[in-house]
Amino acid sequence: MSEIIIKLFIAAILAGTPLLFGTVGEILTEKSGNLNLGVEGMMFMGGVVGLAGSYYYEQLVINPVGWVSITIAIICAFLCGAFGAFIYGVLTISFHANQNVTGLALTIFGTGFGNFFGEVMGNASGASYVAVSATTKLAFSKGISGLSAIPVVGPLLFSYNVMVYLAIAIAVIMSWILSHTRVGLNLRAVGENPATADATGINVTRYKYISTCMGGGICALGGLYIVMVTCSGVWVNNCISGYGWLALALVIFATWSPLRAMICALVFGVLSVMRLYVPLGIPMQIYDIFPYIATVIVLVAVSFKKNRENQPPASLGNAFFREER
Amino acid sequence: MSITSAIELKNITKKFGNVIANSNVSLTVNCGEILALLGENGSGKTTLMNMLSGIYFPDSGTISVDGREVTIRSPKDAFNLGIGMVHQHFKLVDVFTAAENIVLGLTGKSKLNRKTIADEVTKISQKYGFVLDPNRKIYDMSVSEKQTAEIIKVLYRGANILILDEPTAVLTPQETNKLFEVLRNMKKDGKAIIIITHKLNEVMDISDKVAVLRKGEYIDTVNTNETNPQQLTDMMVGHAVSLNIDRPKSEKLSKRLEIKNVSCISDEGLSVLDKVSFTAFGGEILGVAGIAGSGQRELCEAIAGLQHLKEGSILYHSGEDGHENVDDLVGKNPMDIRQMGISLAFVPEDRLGMGLVADMGMVDNMMLRSYRRGKSAFVDRRLPKKLAEEVRGKLKVVTPGINTPVRQLSGGNVQKVLLGREIASAPTVIMAAYPVRGLDINSSYTIYNLLNQQKSKGVAVIYIGEDLDVLLELCDRILVLCGGKVSGIVDGRTATKEQIGLMMTQIAEEGETVNE
Repeated sequence: MSEIIIKLFIAAILAGTPLLFGTVGEILTEKSGNLNLGVEGMMFMGGVVGLAGSYYYEQLVINPVGWVSITIAIICAFLCGAFGAFIYGVLTISFHANQNVTGLALTIFGTGFGNFFGEVMGNASGASYVAVSATTKLAFSKGISGLSAIPVVGPLLFSYNVMVYLAIAIAVIMSWILSHTRVGLNLRAVGENPATADATGINVTRYKYISTCMGGGICALGGLYIVMVTCSGVWVNNCISGYGWLALALVIFATWSPLRAMICALVFGVLSVMRLYVPLGIPMQIYDIFPYIATVIVLVAVSFKKNRENQPPASLGNAFFREER
Repeated sequence: MSITSAIELKNITKKFGNVIANSNVSLTVNCGEILALLGENGSGKTTLMNMLSGIYFPDSGTISVDGREVTIRSPKDAFNLGIGMVHQHFKLVDVFTAAENIVLGLTGKSKLNRKTIADEVTKISQKYGFVLDPNRKIYDMSVSEKQTAEIIKVLYRGANILILDEPTAVLTPQETNKLFEVLRNMKKDGKAIIIITHKLNEVMDISDKVAVLRKGEYIDTVNTNETNPQQLTDMMVGHAVSLNIDRPKSEKLSKRLEIKNVSCISDEGLSVLDKVSFTAFGGEILGVAGIAGSGQRELCEAIAGLQHLKEGSILYHSGEDGHENVDDLVGKNPMDIRQMGISLAFVPEDRLGMGLVADMGMVDNMMLRSYRRGKSAFVDRRLPKKLAEEVRGKLKVVTPGINTPVRQLSGGNVQKVLLGREIASAPTVIMAAYPVRGLDINSSYTIYNLLNQQKSKGVAVIYIGEDLDVLLELCDRILVLCGGKVSGIVDGRTATKEQIGLMMTQIAEEGETVNE
């Protein structure tokens, strides 16, 4: 029994990590008052460009090194996601375009971008699909070598790949920055009441750009995770398949807290892998519905709660014009 | 000069398009001095102060701080010069604590040490006699606590010159006294304070000097202990100007609307209308005068069925003598009132917000009043279209077409559309709140004529106005509000500007009130 629980826990962590990236990335974006619905698109972009980074690195060097490959993939994915968010930022922050429409456009653009370049790379490789070598694959899946051998604690805490620890580190650091530093305070003020922030001398535009671009980069790491870990370094068309949208819902579930986002991602991870570990004697399709039913219930529950603390940033979705003082 | 002035304005002029907001204003405030800036609404007080706090930039004139001439281009420049402004609408982040709001945007160690900040805030509070819990969230605070947080925020940034824009407008009398106590402490500490207000008793109570503005013009600065409320009122309202507005004699008066002891409480728990009683007659224009926020909006909304009353009754009289019919409108919403067969026209202050739908054309806006007519599932566009054409022709509305969104029309034309629609519903009562605000002279006269036409048709017109000259020439009787109370009703033909000005700023003694 306990063995199943351990296995379920590990599988849930692995399944929840891409959601965690998407959720904390979007939390950072939304804290600045920008609602970026392009998470799915940025995940696609990050996934394909991260894969390309690793893939071409392996083509160029004779003996590719695992950690170098990972680093290149992460940097490429982050930059590409940040670039997607930057386009969104230019349109919404500088040109005051509608955030919802721009975000949806980014999703459509990113999906096409990912599938197109995935296909192009596959055709060019001569094998009709693009895949990284075993070295990179291993680097993306192995845990902390010594520690993961410890019984029970080892697999529970130390058996994960480096991306899992990266996601957790980002969530913890972000939470600390938001609540304990001046930068975090200023950023939250920008999302809550940009006019007030502006009046106290905070550069609202700069805060919005930086947090939107960094948020986009973090979201893109979720896409990289899906490509490199979930799909084992092979480009599969439409591989993100709605994870970006789940992440958007999780932001509300987590009530804009990066720490709560970790728990929420774990819960969703459990729900999405449950059918493999918890036989309930119901059709597979019912299991597949669970995460979505949970989303609906959570959204309803959150909207009922009249707590001033766990509300979205007050000016979320609004463009800021200085002249409208 | 033995004392250098903390701040000195010389010949400041500011224009917005053709409107002169400030013309040749000169002011001096010394350290350890409280200056009251007095003036009616729209006299340019806030504009002037916004130039000190870096929100606007003067067209001409100079500003000196501590004897040095300076240029203030942004709020940051103002902070750096030690000028801090407490706006009428607080600039605070609701979900932050007071301390977090106070340090917002400041540079310093990147890690926030909440305890040190709270201690510093408490130190400032104790120095001047404030009471504020630095760790309390803004959304849990009362209006006066929020104001305290704003003032400390300014002091924390090292301001030596404080500007307070109508600080007492939202405070109870007890809170006002507390604030004044603090201001006196700050004055002792050598700060220069400018307080914008239009309440004469407060001016007399707190200030050392009074500067008076009227319609953007700088009138004079006087020492508070050498003046009296009467003199200040005269300076504030000026001499009567003749406008030549028609005022046909009322033909036949019939009792139309009877307001009895109406009281309202605002969301913040302040009393906004306090036992207001009056009667509006068909065939006359009843003016309502008062300083902005004295309860005019609440009064209109109460009659229109949009405001919850604490007590009182609103009686509508219909029918001719002998067959009088009385209905109570309290507790009825606008739809109920209309279904009772009472045609009440309301021209609200916020024309494009409450009055018309800005993105719709004239036809659609006309339809807002009539779309419920008829049984068919489809609306009838013919009649509204005809009405729109009629209004356009009769009132000379300048518009590219009757389907052009009304937001693209000028203020005067918007008002004509709104008034045209309301008049077309053949009302028996018209309430017009600031109907000529922002309108040019010609449009204003068109509006006056329309109201006079309605008056001669026997409609009871209630005209909420701000320009006393207009009120005195247009209205048959003028009701004066002061802080939500009726301070008197005067005859528009005999009353003087000074009399009304004084009634607007303080409640008259019992004997002075002219009752109907």
